Amino acid sequence: MANRLAAGVDRVRRTTQAPRPRRDQAPGIRPATETDVPGVIALDQDVTGLLKRDYWHDMFERYGAHPDATRIFLVAENAGRIDGFIVGEVRAWEFGSTPSGWVFAVQVRPGRRVQGLGSRLFETVCDRFRAAGVDRVRTMVAPENTVIHSFFRSQGMMAGPFIELEMRLD
Amino acid sequence: MRFQKATAIALYAVLELAADPERQLTAVEIAEKYGISAHHLAKVLRDLGRGGLVDAVRGVGGGYRFAGNAKRLTLMDVVSLFEDVTADTDELPPQAAGQEIAQALRFVLTELDRQTVATLRSITLSTMLKLVARRPWAGAETKPPRRRVRQA
Repeated sequence: MANRLAAGVDRVRRTTQAPRPRRDQAPGIRPATETDVPGVIALDQDVTGLLKRDYWHDMFERYGAHPDATRIFLVAENAGRIDGFIVGEVRAWEFGSTPSGWVFAVQVRPGRRVQGLGSRLFETVCDRFRAAGVDRVRTMVAPENTVIHSFFRSQGMMAGPFIELEMRLD
Repeated sequence: MRFQKATAIALYAVLELAADPERQLTAVEIAEKYGISAHHLAKVLRDLGRGGLVDAVRGVGGGYRFAGNAKRLTLMDVVSLFEDVTADTDELPPQAAGQEIAQALRFVLTELDRQTVATLRSITLSTMLKLVARRPWAGAETKPPRRRVRQA
């Protein structure tokens, strides 16, 4: 008990300082264009440390180049800089599921977090899903990715009706 | 899973206090609301105070007040003050012949533990309070799961 308490005290002390809100201009959220892709690639690389040019060009081609009610690629732009993005799609009938919105990617520049930008991106994509006629949104997260897991939880997401399974193909 | 009594009491108290950080409540007031032992709650509140989650206000009109950041503190931060929910580390049987089944069981139980830990770490007190306000269980369907699901 004492050791757990001491470890807990340290952890709590690290988490009791609230970040200071910033007052700069709120980024505008809009559909991505091809000229946004380098900014998306750079933001993703800043956050993940991975340069994935082909992946993001492919994502834009699939979800941004020919946007419709079911394929959504949104960016949050502030003074020419991409501060966040979200990508999603309405999918139907996989695993017996009725049509639902899926969020594949969401990212917010670290310096712009805890200011509501991620929530605005998520709410905007949810509005698009509602407009497309679906009544729920789904995603997947790695269990150790606490930041993104907490973000989705804070938006109201709970465990869904499916369990992800995998096996090695040795 | 089922929490130990002290953990459940701690979660009630922390969430009750975090719902209004300006408000002071006595152990008796919280205990009455949740139908729990004020004596047990007082011990738990002392541990929460040592953990930096609540402040004790002494004197007449004293009580306890939430002292953390509800947007940062997670359920795991509270639970881990009172119990160990990390992956199972039970020792294997001493006989090698008996270890295979034990290792397979440990493998499955570790999967459950990882899920539990990830869930507790992902839910902040703020998210919990939003959940309380939203009451998603009120409209939840109670149909049993379908027995057969056709794969796409």
